[in-house]
Amino acid sequence: MRKLALSDEILLKIEKPARYIGNEVNSVMKDKEKIDIRFCMCFPDVYEIGMSHLGIQVLYDMFNRREDVWCERVYSPWVDLDKVMREERIPLFALESQDPVKDFDFLGITLQYEMCYTNILQILDLSGIPLMAEERGDGWEFPLVIGGGPCSYNPEPIAPFFDMFYIGEGETVYDDLLELYKECRREGEGRKQFLYRASQIPGIYVPALYEVTYKEDGTIASFEPVVEGVPRTVTKQIVMDVTHAPYPDAPVVPFIKVTQDRVVLEIQRGCIRGCRFCQAGMLYRPTRERSLECLKEHAYRMLKSTGHEEISLSSLSSSDHSELAGIVNYLIDEFRDDNINISLPSLRIDAFSLDVMSKVQDVRKSSLTFAPEAGSQRLRDVINKGLTEEVILDGADQAFHGGWNKVKLYFMLGLPLETEDDRKDIAHLAELIAEKYYEIPKEERNGKCQITVSTSFFVPKPFTPFQWARMYQPGDYLGFAKTVNHEIKSMKNQKSIRYNWHQADVTLLEGVFARGDRRIADVILEAYRLGALYDAWTEYWNFDRWLEAFANTGIDMDFYTQRERGEDEIFPWDFIDIGVSRKFLLSEWKKAHEEQVTPNCRAKCSGCGAARFGGGVCFEQRN
Amino acid sequence: MKVRVKFSKQGVMKFIGHLDVMRYFQKAIRRAGIDIAYTEGLSPHMIMSFAAPLGVGLTSDAEYMDIELRTPISSEAAIDALNRVGVEGITVTGFWQIPDGKASKAMTLVAAADYTLRFRKGYEPKGDWQSNISHFFAQKSILVMKKSKKSEKEVDIRPMIYEMTVNAGTVFMKLSAGSVANLKPELVMDAYLQSIGVEPEPFAYEIYRCEVYADVGTEKKRKLVTLGSLGEVVKDE
Repeated sequence: MRKLALSDEILLKIEKPARYIGNEVNSVMKDKEKIDIRFCMCFPDVYEIGMSHLGIQVLYDMFNRREDVWCERVYSPWVDLDKVMREERIPLFALESQDPVKDFDFLGITLQYEMCYTNILQILDLSGIPLMAEERGDGWEFPLVIGGGPCSYNPEPIAPFFDMFYIGEGETVYDDLLELYKECRREGEGRKQFLYRASQIPGIYVPALYEVTYKEDGTIASFEPVVEGVPRTVTKQIVMDVTHAPYPDAPVVPFIKVTQDRVVLEIQRGCIRGCRFCQAGMLYRPTRERSLECLKEHAYRMLKSTGHEEISLSSLSSSDHSELAGIVNYLIDEFRDDNINISLPSLRIDAFSLDVMSKVQDVRKSSLTFAPEAGSQRLRDVINKGLTEEVILDGADQAFHGGWNKVKLYFMLGLPLETEDDRKDIAHLAELIAEKYYEIPKEERNGKCQITVSTSFFVPKPFTPFQWARMYQPGDYLGFAKTVNHEIKSMKNQKSIRYNWHQADVTLLEGVFARGDRRIADVILEAYRLGALYDAWTEYWNFDRWLEAFANTGIDMDFYTQRERGEDEIFPWDFIDIGVSRKFLLSEWKKAHEEQVTPNCRAKCSGCGAARFGGGVCFEQRN
Repeated sequence: MKVRVKFSKQGVMKFIGHLDVMRYFQKAIRRAGIDIAYTEGLSPHMIMSFAAPLGVGLTSDAEYMDIELRTPISSEAAIDALNRVGVEGITVTGFWQIPDGKASKAMTLVAAADYTLRFRKGYEPKGDWQSNISHFFAQKSILVMKKSKKSEKEVDIRPMIYEMTVNAGTVFMKLSAGSVANLKPELVMDAYLQSIGVEPEPFAYEIYRCEVYADVGTEKKRKLVTLGSLGEVVKDE
């Protein structure tokens, strides 16, 4: 029997001990004497969130296919265990071997959202790894700490905590990095020499090898490598042949119910739409589809190996996959008798999707989802959301006739160039949808309709056309939500419309992290010292603590949030090349001001720059 | 075809709660390719019921669940298939066909269970705590305060203790179990320790369930048989 890192007494007094025992179906055990590299993969949030993440499952599988690597997992201990571990000085451990994280060669941390940054410090702290990379010496006492995932496209606010970052998709250069590590260890080289050599691998960014200087106004004056031979620009790594890229046949199946308790089938990467607020839409260009045959095979194998009762198709915009109908029909036909649920997020509402949805879900219980993102056509043009009122109302009308009566609408507030009228139009659009429903004769309707309007506050992200935008004043955000709420309350069908909005202050901090520079690391460190942890969780979020951290470090939040950036300003993330050119992003920023839309990649190439990767949608046959 | 499955829950799996064990088997059955029957209706679920759910922290060699199959399978093949896709700590040890009908449901049949209890390392009471057990068991009545959600009341647990012995630090108990009168081994041990002037501590016991029984006797005379023995091994055609 495996020996656990935590005693029975501890496991029986904390919440959900299953978070910490490993042993899940398809988790990988190896003989540590027979492998060269121990890699600990971390999602810095609680187990149920971390286990729902596809990227770790992909890398876990990919690493463990190598005989010389054993990849294990670790997640943030929940606050109850965090306390016990600090009190009893128990080092953080990996789930599979239950060995201390500190004994590993690599600690890989996936960066999925900014609000997990204090949890990164928790992971390092509980592991006994110095928080600052510069304090980890030149030897091999501590694992190499490497970050990856969407937030590594602006790694600067957390750069001092990491030895390196992997910029891009994990399937490409990890083998090179692991081979280099083996070579350096064999040759008796130190940590610093390894990091220097790693910086030569395309996509690997070693922050300690770069120096940033600032102008008097606080903006960046220069961002340069300080060692000869270190590249000035780090190019994102990307898999061009997604069909043949590694994909797990047997993902790990948790014992406890996690957020994503199902097989996840990533059908494509990237998005052709080019919404101007959307970072993923720019980062993952060009759009690349997996082939139908490949998807059928993955779906079949994963369902058989996990025993999950649900499969979810994952992509930024499923309807844009050229063989969506083929995939969905295969799943329906193949797994009908096994009662497998099929979940289809990010579908455009049209005749096809309504037909499919009526086959895979209970129409009475399920709801339709639209994401118009902005209330008025004018603002939808500004953000390049190619969804018109006509399409929304037509989709809703078809759905209502098909028996649905629940609609969810998602919007953003605090977008650049947004006006009071745009906000009120959110209420008006919801009202128009409700009216569509009540146009149906009473005897054909299914009771009242329920329209749920949700708004989130917009945060400008790097590598988007809105990276130049200023945010609003802290007090403005809730006012925007109140405007919407008030307007909804004055609608004729207000009883059929529900409105949800989020808290506002977290938005500004997210804004600081998203476009922050290296100086922000001090604030994160200070907030962590003041007790900040699990900032993504409303119950642990404490804005006053963060304000105190800003005050203590003398860093001005407004510099990061309240300033429209100049056209030529050097951004902290400018050293990264994502393929999409700054010139294109700037022209999109200007077109936003002119309320001009840009067609999607399939309709017309706009020359964003991603074509230079030599594949995907850029090279599809166009009619 | 209705079948009864017996499995053990050992090692780290003792930290997996009852509902998650159920989820585990729902997925294991799919992985094993066992053709289980589903309920009718809009949201069909597997026909599956468990006897006497085990608390978190306890180990067991006698967990039972009843399932219904669409396609029959031999006991040997089913045990093999489920263990092949299983995890360390959960081992299927029995698979029997059981008669149709409500009366044969594992849940309603449970009448008694065997447990052994040991002290966790470092929690053993000082001095001789063992020799009074036979005296304790020989009493006519044992009154304890049983807490429920609403109230606390005094109950005589002695009629629910069928056997209680000790051997080299391991206490064996045969206790009434099931929906009518369920007695937890830790409650018995707490009462015993208090009777010898020892204050029970939390987390002190390691409890293991060895068997679960149905009562096939009369009202006057109990006749306990294991839940597994009520079914028949399914042979290959």
